[in-house]
Amino acid sequence: MLRRLHTDQPESFAFTDANAEWARGQIAKYPEGRQASAVIPLLWRAQEQEGWVTKPAIEAVAKMLDMAPIRVLEVASFYFMFQLQPVGSVAHFQICGTTSCMICGAEDLIAVCRERIAANPHELSGDGRFSWEEVECLGACSNAPMAQIGKDYYEDLTVENFGAVLDAFEAGQVPRPGSQTGRYAAEPAGGLTSLRDGERAYRYNGSVTLAEFGKDTVKRITGDEPVLRMTESAAEMASGVAPVEAPAQPKLGDGESASVRRAAEQAGELARMLSEPEAVPEGAPEGGVPGPEPVRPAGLEAPRNDAGDDLKKIKGVGPKLEALLQSLGFWHFDQIAAWTDAEVAWVDDNLDGFKGRVTRDEWVEQARILAGGGETEFSQRVDDGDVY
Amino acid sequence: MLADKDRIFTNIYGMYDRSLKGAQSRGHWDGTADLIARGRDAIVQEMKDSGLRGRGGAGFPTGLKWSFMPKGDDGRPHYLVVNADESEPGTCKDREIMRHDPHTLVEGCLIAGFAMGAHTAYIYLRGEYIREREALQIAIDECYDAGLLGRNAAGSGWDFDVYLHHGAGAYICGEETALLESLEGKKGMPRLKPPFPANAGLYGAPTTVNNVESIAVAPTILRRGAAWFAGFGRPNNAGTKLFAISGHVNNPCVVEEAMSIPLRELLDKHCGGVRGGWKNLKAVIPGGSSVPCLPHGICDDAIMDFDWLREQRSGLGTAAVIVMDQSTDIIKAIWRLSKFYKHESCGQCTPCREGTGWMMRVMDRLVTGDAEPEEIDMLLDVTKQVEGHTICALGDAAAWPIQGLIRHYRNEIEDRIKHKRTGRVSAVAAE
Repeated sequence: MLRRLHTDQPESFAFTDANAEWARGQIAKYPEGRQASAVIPLLWRAQEQEGWVTKPAIEAVAKMLDMAPIRVLEVASFYFMFQLQPVGSVAHFQICGTTSCMICGAEDLIAVCRERIAANPHELSGDGRFSWEEVECLGACSNAPMAQIGKDYYEDLTVENFGAVLDAFEAGQVPRPGSQTGRYAAEPAGGLTSLRDGERAYRYNGSVTLAEFGKDTVKRITGDEPVLRMTESAAEMASGVAPVEAPAQPKLGDGESASVRRAAEQAGELARMLSEPEAVPEGAPEGGVPGPEPVRPAGLEAPRNDAGDDLKKIKGVGPKLEALLQSLGFWHFDQIAAWTDAEVAWVDDNLDGFKGRVTRDEWVEQARILAGGGETEFSQRVDDGDVY
Repeated sequence: MLADKDRIFTNIYGMYDRSLKGAQSRGHWDGTADLIARGRDAIVQEMKDSGLRGRGGAGFPTGLKWSFMPKGDDGRPHYLVVNADESEPGTCKDREIMRHDPHTLVEGCLIAGFAMGAHTAYIYLRGEYIREREALQIAIDECYDAGLLGRNAAGSGWDFDVYLHHGAGAYICGEETALLESLEGKKGMPRLKPPFPANAGLYGAPTTVNNVESIAVAPTILRRGAAWFAGFGRPNNAGTKLFAISGHVNNPCVVEEAMSIPLRELLDKHCGGVRGGWKNLKAVIPGGSSVPCLPHGICDDAIMDFDWLREQRSGLGTAAVIVMDQSTDIIKAIWRLSKFYKHESCGQCTPCREGTGWMMRVMDRLVTGDAEPEEIDMLLDVTKQVEGHTICALGDAAAWPIQGLIRHYRNEIEDRIKHKRTGRVSAVAAE
């Protein structure tokens, strides 16, 4: 693949003040006169700030490091993580396609990307919010297949749960990274075969905890982000020894009052996250209370007056689900609004690839509002053209 | 099966306290100053006696590598560089160390750094490991706060700094000299050796590059003694090892086990067995993408260590076990590796730059069956032209999986070509 500078380049580039400060800290890691060593971290931060590596950014980095611009361009074009063209404004999906992931189903995930994001890698989706590419081994092979989205790894993917991850991003959320099948980390899914003795101290594994703390999976990085430092009290808190209410003050770099404040706000949340392990499911998945016997709701052969409602106004229904619903004979909000619990159960069971979505996204409630001529916050955004 | 008390990585799944305090409660950072007080020679000797072989793939004895660092002081600083550019397809063990048991690595850096006269360590992580970088940085910050790093680190009298550095998605930077080039801010193109890094490495100064796992096991080896570590595994294959199992097993996982564990025991005990039962096994790649695969017949008696696998013309590599069951298209699985190597060739040496592309294009045809039968031998010939004719081992690594495929699955490749042809010319055949 040819890696060259994009044809449309912005006028200029400048690090935010905080990022510039951060960059100086990076340069200080290397001996006097060896500041060129910082070129990859700086280019990476430029990409985190802007979304991709622009020509002005390359020139700015060259200047900061006293390097010839061509040397920096050389680095930017050599390393594949540098995106030399714009990527989706919300998220760029990187699907691992190398052998371990391939034999576990990565090609199916790529097919989902082709169908739902764009036909070709590095191409923007219709609304410009997403893009995707196939990447080489990302080093999470025991959790194959997997994808990197922003800073985080989404693991143990299937067509269904990857579709759900994509749905969530489309709906403006950031789904929780890590295993999407409820596995904790890279332990055997069938249950621990070693290291069984001990109190589980955390709800999430190391990576997911950081994602939950930073909330920065797909965020543009300005340098003002709080930096987690484990002080004595945070360590105690993390081990679950100290009470959850204990004041936890992540220690921060100097002079970042905004981030100190934010960190303090997040400390309570972090304490909860670190110290409350989620119940470990034992044996079979929970049966739950038996629901009503599913009953197929009556459908229509064709929309009334030859015009169905725009079902995509229901949050959780994308173009694919809309087509699926129409194929089942549902064209109008009032049809969905009238579903009984038993009928909801049937539809939940029969949405191939999207099972359980009706209940999860509360379609019936939304449809009632829309059928009555009202608007939901989501449908408003659809009207404004923000979504599709 | 290895008992928990003999495991070095006691928090590899990150379920227990990941902080410094938690690590200390599990025995890490215990008496580090005393270990260092034994002196440089004693530490290196103990590492040699333990029989530890490098965990990054090549299996070079770690103690011996440390001993190559010059003893005298010629005014140049010494550097320890930790290779955390884990990118070998199938390998995901160092990631677990860095995000869940990072203090093993940080303590190892201090001890290894002292043993090679280095005051500075750079840990080079692959760029994609962003959370792992953050987790490791938190651990390092904790150590600075606790006086375990910095001036008079851990009260040992040795000043020591650990810095994190990262790459940006280039497999080649896992090669030690390419890694040094990258760390100096250049494209990751391997250097010719000699001079070896121990003489002229990072910034032209004496440098030792070690894998994460090799460094992270060092403190425990010193604490528990070389004899303890050497007690696991067959002679010349000592110790415990993290295995990363992926592919068609019921429960893929990362797990620490004794070296020389039979493959079948590893898969049955920890991974719930091969999907569909042992008979459903087709092939195993025992050590990451660079080593040739083993067909089912050999897997029956396979022992997971350097020497046994070498005898089978494969290798332990990074102990990344990729399991493939009968449903796998083995030709395509190896083709994907060819694609990987073509993508990752740095372009410096012609045989590799051009050869990886040729090999992939022939593999393209073998996958679909649109090839001439002679092309199998031609491909084998091309792999021999690449192997051994490049600066670094990427050319070899690209050649070996294909050689393994042809060695064990030539029938399958020929069948596919034949099938394609008879399918196409069936009318003629019917005459």
